[in-house]
Amino acid sequence: MAERAEEAARHVPISPAGGIRVLRPASGALNGVSEQPALASPPEVTPPGGVGQSFLAAFAENRLGVAGVLVVAAVSAFCFLGPLVYHTDQVHANILLTNQPPGPGRPLGTDANGFDILGRLMVGGQSALEISFAVAIVATSFGALWGAVSGFAGGVLDAVMMRVVDIAIAVPAIFVLIYLASVFRPTVPLLIVVLSLLAWLGPARLIRGETLSLRTREFVDAVRVAGGRNSRIIGRHIIPNTIGTISVNATFQVADAIILLATLSFLGFGLPPPAASWGGMLSQGTTYLLDGYWWEVYPAGLIVMVTVVAFNFVGDALRDTLDARLRVR
Amino acid sequence: MIGYVLRRLAQAVVVVLGVTVLVFLLEHLIPGSLARAILGPRASQAEIAAFDRANGLDRPLVVQYFTFASHVLHGNLGYSYRLNVSVDSLVVHEMPNDLILVGSALVLAFMIAIPLGVAQAVRRNRALDHAATGVAFLLYSMPSYWLGLLLIGGLAIGVHVFPPEAPQAATPAGVLADPRALVLPIATLTLVNVALFSRYMRSSAVDTLAQDYVRVARSKGLPERAVLVRHVLRNSLVSVVTLVGLSIPAVLTSGLVVEYVFNFPGIGLTYYNAAVNADYPVELGITVVVGLATVLGSLLADLAYAVLDPRVRYG
Repeated sequence: MAERAEEAARHVPISPAGGIRVLRPASGALNGVSEQPALASPPEVTPPGGVGQSFLAAFAENRLGVAGVLVVAAVSAFCFLGPLVYHTDQVHANILLTNQPPGPGRPLGTDANGFDILGRLMVGGQSALEISFAVAIVATSFGALWGAVSGFAGGVLDAVMMRVVDIAIAVPAIFVLIYLASVFRPTVPLLIVVLSLLAWLGPARLIRGETLSLRTREFVDAVRVAGGRNSRIIGRHIIPNTIGTISVNATFQVADAIILLATLSFLGFGLPPPAASWGGMLSQGTTYLLDGYWWEVYPAGLIVMVTVVAFNFVGDALRDTLDARLRVR
Repeated sequence: MIGYVLRRLAQAVVVVLGVTVLVFLLEHLIPGSLARAILGPRASQAEIAAFDRANGLDRPLVVQYFTFASHVLHGNLGYSYRLNVSVDSLVVHEMPNDLILVGSALVLAFMIAIPLGVAQAVRRNRALDHAATGVAFLLYSMPSYWLGLLLIGGLAIGVHVFPPEAPQAATPAGVLADPRALVLPIATLTLVNVALFSRYMRSSAVDTLAQDYVRVARSKGLPERAVLVRHVLRNSLVSVVTLVGLSIPAVLTSGLVVEYVFNFPGIGLTYYNAAVNADYPVELGITVVVGLATVLGSLLADLAYAVLDPRVRYG
């Protein structure tokens, strides 16, 4: 009985930000002891084809969002599939071919070490995308969990957990990152851990805010009446209801991580050589800006910008699609 | 109001304490020890022990923390063994230069972003709005050094209008004596902040425009100009104040990067040089200062919010 009431409770319309999961009206679910079997409830209001398809249809209407997805896909293919087609040596310097302008066989020229720029953009992009995606996933999941627990618990625990967030936010990430990079030798796992440690704070605050309003909703009461424990309420009801905010935030996290990573490697605190990075290419190219070696600066800067813009477009479009309020306005 | 202020102050004190704990922990993350990092790999055990004793590093961690916190409280931020000066004197020396750079960039950013945001909200989804949103989006998506490089490439190397480097004087007077060289660093920082603030301002003004009191003001025949200035602008500013207070970390981050790109003699560049030279006391001392600035910024923002919006005080 309790299980069924809870099952019905889960389908009660959702958070302010997530009008997408209105699966079926919650008839008789709120008192938790309804004699109506769940199957007998009125027919579903979901359009034919299911929630996933209607979401995709709404997202497809957002032209900038679709463009963003296409660019992200193109950049990913460029970085990960490109090297399979376009073979370059990005480890051994070639001092006979330094600072060559674009020409046959090297579409974007070579840098001060004789590395092919086009190939280097691909390799540098791999670590940028890998690290940024990992950071977005780790930071958003941890932050969401932290925020949900904090907001749901309330009281002293909430105050303590939020002060921890305040403290960590008070020290700008770049300072901590540079410090840690000057103390330790940066590696991919270390960068993922450190960037995540700095990035989970935003989602923690966001999800806490949403939890504060969610925890007073009837479906939470229904689960509690039905005997559901706190861990179940948070894991099965609060967090799934904030999935809209979580996914939008994760997208922006990728963009932020790419910028932060590019800044870090531009300043010389990214992955050490021979690893390639977009920021590192820019930093090296800057030395030759006065010599007019434009191909060593602009392609790397452009690809960072294009990738970040694309992720921001996707994030904006996701938010517009998921946020029912915005769509009405 | 007093209750709110006291609560908020107490919160800020807790956060400041937390920041000192955080920095203290960062200091102890150094592999080996601080003594080894400063005295170098050839220092003997006896020398290390002497250094530890002289600096209280042989005492229990808790005692060390309280010594550290009390030092910070008294304005003692540590000592740079590389530069042979105290970190606080370094900060005091660089601070005025930063106030020139960051301060003027912030003021300019407000002067541009606030009217721009309101204008965008009023002409929502028209050409001006789309153009401004597009530009803000681009600026927002660039690392700030990339914008600096573009400006250098265009205005310093392409056409020789401005020098590619910030003023290279050590004193504020010297920095101000070369205003042409200040243009590009300040412009870079201003543009980055305009992108951020105009987005806040636009969405806040869009919200305000939809309020009933705006409709009332219009329907009682108030000229549009008065509606915008007296009702829309003032009410939209309330929420922007908080967001700006919270964006201090972002402002300081781009400040560091801009100082590096233009070689501007400020705290950010000092921090960068310290990191390159593994001058840990300088890094940690500046991190404390930056943390304090952030806490102070969000505290002031919240207090300003309470002054401007009575609902916060009594809510």
